[in-house]
Amino acid sequence: MAKGESVAGSDIPAGGFVQLLTPDGERIDTVTTADGTTYSVDFTDEEYRGLYRDLVTVRRLDSEAVALQRQGELGIWASLLGQEAAQVGSGRALRPQDMAFPTYREHGVLYCRGIDPIMPFGLFRGVDQGGWDPNEFKFNTYTIVIGSQTLHATGYAMGVTMDGKTGSADGEAVIAYFGDGATSQGEVNESFVWSGVFNAPIVFFCQNNQYAISEPLERQTRVPLYQRAGGYGFPGIRVDGNDVLATYAVTRAALDNARNGQGPTLIEAYTYRMGAHTSSDDPTRYRNGSEVEAWKAKDPISRLKAFLSKQKIAKKDFFAEVDASAQAQALHLRERVLEMPDPQPVTLFDNVYPNGSPEIDAQRAAFAEYQASFEGSAH
Amino acid sequence: MSRIKEFNLPDLGEGLTEGEILAWLVKVGDTIELNQPIVEVETAKAAVEIPAKWGGVVTRIFHEAGTVVEVGKPIIAIDTQPGSSEEPPAPASSPAPASAPAPSPAPASASSPAADEAEAGLIGGPAPGGRTAVLVGYGPRTTSATRRPRIGTPVASTTATTPTPPPAAAEVRPAAPVGPAQETVAPVVRTGPVLAKPPVRKLARDLGVDLTTVNGTGPLGSVTRDDVHLAVSSPAREPAPTAASPATAVFDASREQRIPIKGVRKLTAENMVASAFTAPHVTEFLTVDVTRSMKALEKLRKRPEFEGARISPLLLVAKAVLLAVKRHPMVNSSWSGATGEIVVKDYVNLGIAAATERGLIVPNVKDAGRLTLRELAEALNELVRTAKSGKTPPADMSGGTLSITNVGVFGIDTGTPILPPGESAILAFGAIRPTPWVHKGKIRIREVTTLGLSFDHRIIDGELGSRFLRDIGAFLEDPEATLLSWT
Repeated sequence: MAKGESVAGSDIPAGGFVQLLTPDGERIDTVTTADGTTYSVDFTDEEYRGLYRDLVTVRRLDSEAVALQRQGELGIWASLLGQEAAQVGSGRALRPQDMAFPTYREHGVLYCRGIDPIMPFGLFRGVDQGGWDPNEFKFNTYTIVIGSQTLHATGYAMGVTMDGKTGSADGEAVIAYFGDGATSQGEVNESFVWSGVFNAPIVFFCQNNQYAISEPLERQTRVPLYQRAGGYGFPGIRVDGNDVLATYAVTRAALDNARNGQGPTLIEAYTYRMGAHTSSDDPTRYRNGSEVEAWKAKDPISRLKAFLSKQKIAKKDFFAEVDASAQAQALHLRERVLEMPDPQPVTLFDNVYPNGSPEIDAQRAAFAEYQASFEGSAH
Repeated sequence: MSRIKEFNLPDLGEGLTEGEILAWLVKVGDTIELNQPIVEVETAKAAVEIPAKWGGVVTRIFHEAGTVVEVGKPIIAIDTQPGSSEEPPAPASSPAPASAPAPSPAPASASSPAADEAEAGLIGGPAPGGRTAVLVGYGPRTTSATRRPRIGTPVASTTATTPTPPPAAAEVRPAAPVGPAQETVAPVVRTGPVLAKPPVRKLARDLGVDLTTVNGTGPLGSVTRDDVHLAVSSPAREPAPTAASPATAVFDASREQRIPIKGVRKLTAENMVASAFTAPHVTEFLTVDVTRSMKALEKLRKRPEFEGARISPLLLVAKAVLLAVKRHPMVNSSWSGATGEIVVKDYVNLGIAAATERGLIVPNVKDAGRLTLRELAEALNELVRTAKSGKTPPADMSGGTLSITNVGVFGIDTGTPILPPGESAILAFGAIRPTPWVHKGKIRIREVTTLGLSFDHRIIDGELGSRFLRDIGAFLEDPEATLLSWT
């Protein structure tokens, strides 16, 4: 298709957004925004197919987690259904040295970082505290408290600058994920202030999925969220969050700006949470079926599939193979989740101090002895 | 290991204790796949579909639709290896140990579930009616509440060390109705320490109750708040009273029906209480001659614009309300104590109270003031039809700004309706009866009805309420002339 500007149309929010792939699967070659920035992607056929595989796989793994929760095997689950493109597009735009700060819903970003998808299940199954080494994976722990990770990310990003790791084409950048509801939190606004003032190498990636649990977007803001960035002194841009290509292009450009020392960017990925906020929520109580139907037509996976088919980049056998592979991964994940061992009570003394302490050691020994005083005890 | 597996109702939200089976999507004998939706369950938080945990053949469904099931209880049994050469499924006597009542505590096993025993130490303890009070995030444990016995240690008062059942008091299970049975139990005098939580101890001290004389019905025989209150109210706290008085034998439980408070009934009750105790209500009445309205309806029915439309007196009442709101916008408002504001709405989402099989609901016609009379007629019919079929979507029930309750359809003259929460006025529309009435100086038989308007006196003064009601009456007395003069 032709070169375009920020698209505006019936299904598109006022003010438009960057879109490179329409819901019908039509490619828009380049998009130039009002400030003169041009966005495009130049993927090989193999890379296009890879993105499709990512989208299908993260959706399938997510649906398995939803089922496991309904079957009593997980305490709770926050589904990413509908937000696959926002997560895969931004996750694939990260370079190995970049650091990501997720919320509790970024299963797709985690997957794109090459991390074993089982990692967060200990938290949701209640067999561990959801702790892992953020430095090992360049992926911070899931943060449940709304918005607080944006401050952690800001501090981390300021540290990157102090370490002299910005200012080059191969510099380091930080991405902080949060939702539309988090933009009403003080922490998020504080992190905007600090990042702006200190020119921190950070990308604020807001997945605007239209609802803060049950509170609709119009109760969160009077201006489009991306426009808030102007008040803090850095650029904001809105992208079609159901378009994996545009999300990739916009995130990559923002990350490159950050690593080059150009400071923060706020990205509003305009998307929709097709499922419940978490497994404890019932969205039919606060939104209309017609609204959900309208968003179904903008599905991130079906538009990429339509594009791949039309361009003959992929055929039926490829799609079938991806589905089968995702299914096999989901069943494998299920088996491993069911096999997760329950933690032993003494493990609560682990990870209190990095190198232990005499006091904790004594408490652990006493507690182990107490546990061992019961019949049939393994300890 | 049995090839027939029983699936227990899981905690579907965070800290839920029960769920209602809405509908089974499979039946006994069906072959099902892993993750195939099998049942819809409604909890306090959400109505959800549960996917099958195993593939196989359904051998038993434990509860019919409409049943409220405790978390942790089996709901379905699935033969996971159908067609294998083992004995055919014998659903009636399911071998799975988890579901057997198994009175023996099976001491050595750490995994013996006592599914219906609440865990000791829950905040608040089991609440009346058998429900366990839950604050946030953590539900009652539905797995084992029993402890493994200690090795070679003396008997501790709170730990069962032998396979004998725990003290009688600890056996009162959450599911057992709290009631007369307790009052007939003789007060105990114990020697050991009394188990009670600090707030309960304070309550007992405040009320002058000696905890050692109170029967504990909480976990491990601990004394609960209810026990303390019961001890105060019980006429005989001293030595055991004689058996139940003769009167109680006549009105025993077999002659009482216990209906769980849930669903629409529960919601209605909460709304009524919330409204009745926050908004000071005033109700005014006006009796009006609606003969001309009835004639106007007849004329409307004959007009081509209304061909095929079902129109009723409710339509004109609705129109009267909408026109009167335009003249008195303040009645279409809500009290926002949180922000210290009165929110006056420029749109009328007109609620119509509807009696349905599931109870009272008040769906509303959105932005009813913008509809033509024909559109309004269709919207009202659609609203009532949907409500009767039980399919009213939640969005139709929220956001109402002003409501009408049509008690006339029950043959009632009028009433003093309670405001739906968030609304400031509600009109009761009574039966229309042929009545002797002074018309143009002579007594005539006229069609007469009585309107009752309840309003929130914090926002609407008597004068405004009276003018609003007077205008509704004026319209119904002469709709054609009123329409011409007001619009």
